[in-house]
Amino acid sequence: MKDLGASCPVPFGRYDRIVLGHGSGGRLTANLIRDLFMPALGGEILSRLEDQAVCPVDLPAGARLAFTTDSFVVRPIFFPGGDIGSLAIHGTVNDLAVGGARPLLMSAAFILEEGLPLEELARIAASMRAACDRSGVQLVTGDTKVVDRGKGDKVFITTSGIGVVQPGVSLSISSARAGDRLLVSGPVGDHGIAILSVREGLEFETQLVSDSAPLADLTRVMLEACPSIACMRDPTRGGLSSALNEMAAASKVGVKLQETAIPIRPSVVAACEVLGLDPLYVACEGRLVAAVGEADAERLLELVRSHPLGRDAALIGRVVEDHPGIVTLLSRAGGERVVSLLSGEQLPRIC
Amino acid sequence: MKFLDEYREADSVQRLADSIARTVKRPWTLMEVCGGQTHSIVRYGVDRLLPPQIELVHGPGCPVCVTPLETIDRAHAIASQTGVLFCSFGDMLRVPGSHGDLLQLKSAGCDVRIVYSPLDALQLAEAHPERRVVFFAVGFETTAPANAMAVHVARKRCIANFSMLVSHVRVPPAIEAIFQSPDNRVQGLLGPGHVCTVMGTSEYEPLARKCGVPIVIGGFEPLDLLEGIWMTVRQLEEGRAQVENQYRRAVRPEGNPASLRLLQEVFETVDRKWRGIGTIPASGFRLREQYHAFDAERIYGVGDLRTEESTVCISGEILRGLKKPPQCPAFGKECTPETPLGATMVSTEGACAAYHAAGRHLPGTPEKRSAS
Amino acid sequence: MCLGIPGRVIEVGRERDLLMGKVDFGGVARKVCLEHVPDAVPGDYVIVHVGFALSKLDEQEARRVFALLEEMGRLEGGAGQ
Repeated sequence: MKDLGASCPVPFGRYDRIVLGHGSGGRLTANLIRDLFMPALGGEILSRLEDQAVCPVDLPAGARLAFTTDSFVVRPIFFPGGDIGSLAIHGTVNDLAVGGARPLLMSAAFILEEGLPLEELARIAASMRAACDRSGVQLVTGDTKVVDRGKGDKVFITTSGIGVVQPGVSLSISSARAGDRLLVSGPVGDHGIAILSVREGLEFETQLVSDSAPLADLTRVMLEACPSIACMRDPTRGGLSSALNEMAAASKVGVKLQETAIPIRPSVVAACEVLGLDPLYVACEGRLVAAVGEADAERLLELVRSHPLGRDAALIGRVVEDHPGIVTLLSRAGGERVVSLLSGEQLPRIC
Repeated sequence: MKFLDEYREADSVQRLADSIARTVKRPWTLMEVCGGQTHSIVRYGVDRLLPPQIELVHGPGCPVCVTPLETIDRAHAIASQTGVLFCSFGDMLRVPGSHGDLLQLKSAGCDVRIVYSPLDALQLAEAHPERRVVFFAVGFETTAPANAMAVHVARKRCIANFSMLVSHVRVPPAIEAIFQSPDNRVQGLLGPGHVCTVMGTSEYEPLARKCGVPIVIGGFEPLDLLEGIWMTVRQLEEGRAQVENQYRRAVRPEGNPASLRLLQEVFETVDRKWRGIGTIPASGFRLREQYHAFDAERIYGVGDLRTEESTVCISGEILRGLKKPPQCPAFGKECTPETPLGATMVSTEGACAAYHAAGRHLPGTPEKRSAS
Repeated sequence: MCLGIPGRVIEVGRERDLLMGKVDFGGVARKVCLEHVPDAVPGDYVIVHVGFALSKLDEQEARRVFALLEEMGRLEGGAGQ
């Protein structure tokens, strides 16, 4: 990835770190917005610096708005394949995209911890801009607050997004039907393991990078080819397992997975073995799983594989009538097990 | 991954399962002693590939589960003290003591950290000379050499702000206690492969002889488990009770001499209480006298802290193989991974937690596939 | 109990007073203490538990079960004819 920080000027006056004054609403705040946020993020609407973004919209008849919000906390804030800034854009874009919406407008609110190097904040802002451009969204409004050192973890970002759902598109977590095939757009667990690889105390060496990416173009291509797709989800926290458990519960169907069909990178498998984790519970930030009709499944798979974000897509299982609400997995060894919801965060184990 | 993938391959697994079905003539109850083996069995559905004559019960080989309540309470008492940086393996963090688990203690402001290796805890002590670093040294004989090395190095380097709360347990006395119990049902044992990489196999010879139970030291992958079960069943059908080594690629009869020397230097054998089972003679390790300066139990004066366990749960019977998790009226109801009542639900390695994670509390999930 | 994962030693060296090394687990590498397998050299496979190598893997023994499976296959094939 290009080092975005190197190209940023550092016109931050005598401060090279966030101080409480940057959140005062006074001159320091204005300088921060003018010298750091605007050069990176400013567009026509944001640059007006109004208290609200007033945006022209052109909705076709029967179209609906999708609206979502998400907060991002991640340690470390820079990780292989991304940072908290790009993650905050992609995460909200993806929440819109898997609802069948084309993302249009975004907001971003920053909680900055006193002491955060401005150079790091500039890199985050530049990365957000690149992510917005890649996702085809416009950041139109934002906010900044500063908390005392020790009261935050460098930076927290909340993004909200608005998108448009075209008439005829109707996706819901409760719409999976028995007989559907399950399509996953790429290897699972890359993001979670990439983060762990640089987490203090657990570090290991790997070439692995986060899969963080905007899915809006992929979902657009899928829905144009097959408007009848009923259900999509991005398996973030809790991984593939949680996404499918939610789908099974909401749709009152069973899910049968085949372990050998699920794409997982060897290094993700290896890191999970070493730390005693199950890759099915490890987060992705640029993957989707969709329940698609049997008749469309193979065609959609080809289509997804022809997209840059779906090259390693696979059909990993089926939606069934049996055991509603329960996800089962046929293991590579030939035995079957239930893949249940985790009670909490997966912790590395010794035994 | 080499040495893993080939041991998980469905065709080979099925072929071994078939030969077990051909070998078995009578019903047998086998115990796999390790939590890691239990984990693998449910993760790959290995038990569902077995003929109906074979019943697997899950042993006490989860160090996290068997750590007694009072030791957890001692850990809490230490971790709550000002200036203490308390380090633990990840799996101990969710184990509830009398007043919640270590994660809750962390949320209340105590400095509790996960380490991957005991050497990481030592490194924290060197990096933070102003803090008192305490490492929660749990585990069986597999983990003991690593923890012994940490305290050995601490002594050599004079790292005075490092200490260990030791709650090590040994497998053979626990197995003997199970075999000797009047209501024992276990007829054959799948022995602890990784424990034996350290200890070797000789400790198990007298056990097999004395108790008349075949013991097969086994590995952890599906193919290992099935071969181990097959070897055990063959002994049972032939009326033998010997120690055999299925996990020969990793386990030598003499164990690991370097580890054994270090264990001998750092630890001495002591009676130890097991959660759910009670006190078992000579079933634990504690630090020898020359290491008392690193013994957190002494430094923080928590050795006298005593706690009684809840009487509601049947984890003791589960750990001894007398009952299975679904036979407990509280399983999946009052007792869940979020609200564990006892030893076997507290760690993902515990039999109850492993069953729960695999959804065996849910209706419509067969206990065992019928033999084909 | 006792998660032990096989990996290949790729580096051996001393770190202060400890024999340490780097072990590769199928594309993921970690620092591992080699004090308990002092004769390990790069290329050896070891079982690693909590950051310590505990045992060297014996490749010949590792192949044994597959020979057994082949033997079983032959016997079955023979019985079927």
